[in-house]
Amino acid sequence: MQVSAQRYADVLMVTVDGRIDYVNAEEFKTALMPHLSNGTTGGNQVVLDLSRLEYISSAGLRVLMIAAREAKAKQGKLIAVALQPVVREIFEISKFTLVFQLFDSVQEALQKISPAALAAMKSG
Amino acid sequence: MHIRFWGTRGSLPVSLTAADIKHKIVESLVAAAGRSFRTRQDAQSFVEKELPFSVSHTYGGNSSCVELDVGSGDYVLCDLGTGARPFGLHVLTQKKPAKSSTFHVFLSHLHWDHIMGFPFLVPAYIPGNRIVIYGCHEAIEQAFRKQHSAPCFPVDFSQLAAQIEFVRLEPGKRHRVAGFEVTPKLQMHGGDSYGYRFEHGGKTVVYSTDSEHKTDDQASTREFVEFFNKADLVIFDAMYSLAETVSVKEDWGHSSNIVGVELCQLAQAKHLCLFHHEPVYSDAKIASVLEETLRLEQITRDGPPLRISSAYDGMEIVI
Repeated sequence: MQVSAQRYADVLMVTVDGRIDYVNAEEFKTALMPHLSNGTTGGNQVVLDLSRLEYISSAGLRVLMIAAREAKAKQGKLIAVALQPVVREIFEISKFTLVFQLFDSVQEALQKISPAALAAMKSG
Repeated sequence: MHIRFWGTRGSLPVSLTAADIKHKIVESLVAAAGRSFRTRQDAQSFVEKELPFSVSHTYGGNSSCVELDVGSGDYVLCDLGTGARPFGLHVLTQKKPAKSSTFHVFLSHLHWDHIMGFPFLVPAYIPGNRIVIYGCHEAIEQAFRKQHSAPCFPVDFSQLAAQIEFVRLEPGKRHRVAGFEVTPKLQMHGGDSYGYRFEHGGKTVVYSTDSEHKTDDQASTREFVEFFNKADLVIFDAMYSLAETVSVKEDWGHSSNIVGVELCQLAQAKHLCLFHHEPVYSDAKIASVLEETLRLEQITRDGPPLRISSAYDGMEIVI
């Protein structure tokens, strides 16, 4: 499991790679939370690119819930994009679709929440 | 071993309303449109085989009470929710009035929905019967006596004709009761609750209700994987969605279908039974939770398939 981040204008893009289960959920939390602290300050938004996330268990979803709360407390927002079909179904069955705003792709999300970030991403 | 579910609803008993029944009849008639049934048997076959369970049946509304029957002659129960009332009536239909029986009852905890069937358990009023109530809480006897006290109930505990005993069990220790090896386990719930692992004749049933799981706690998750290890049946509190248990209903002491599947898969259990249904859920909603749980098991399977069912009042599982 790997977590990496890149900033585009007012959006912090966090990419999550691999599988998250009860064994590495704490490690995921440790890797993710600093990005939340930095990314959402002052109402900025964090986009979680989950296109390379293969599986997430309840332990990983709990970390995402904590992260969403953290973002909200800072007047920011956490958005999840590009979920693989299995992960998408896990979100649906766990009812996390009621908690997270989901988009099919990074482009679609940025178009909606920050055209400036989309332009920054396209310009490389 | 026969496992009979006398009460499967969480928190408080519920009942179908007139509107619910009307809805089921309308759904049935719509499904039967254009069909003709020459005999009553044809109609019954249509109801049983072609209508969805949530239309032709109900999951029921009695609160927790599950019977484990290995044919020993003694009765073994988990919890005394309102399902204990139909259980008691069933016993009366089985036994001659003069025949006395012994009942062994294992309590998950003392919250109301898990003991409120006891004042309506008819065998408790019959002399010669013996009822042994096992649990890990200190105040079991006090809770039962209080429940029978004025002004809440007209018959005082002291007037019960059966011989009633209370036995305190030690969590984590194996106890031999009524031919079972029984191991209680502490669970996360307000005021604590205890799950029970029952082993008999090479078969294992785990009764684990009113238990919240924070699965990112590795030590706790490993403990429950061990507790469920290779069980033939795990009766599991799946009252809420995962999203609820980690947000608005966090620390309410209940779990979800998702966590049930994960723990059973890790433990290589054979059969997960969703239990302690949310009282506001309709039959259709409980059926949809089951469908989603079956799908989750399918897409996350990494070993032998896990059988999944959703408990209903009157259901019987044979292992």
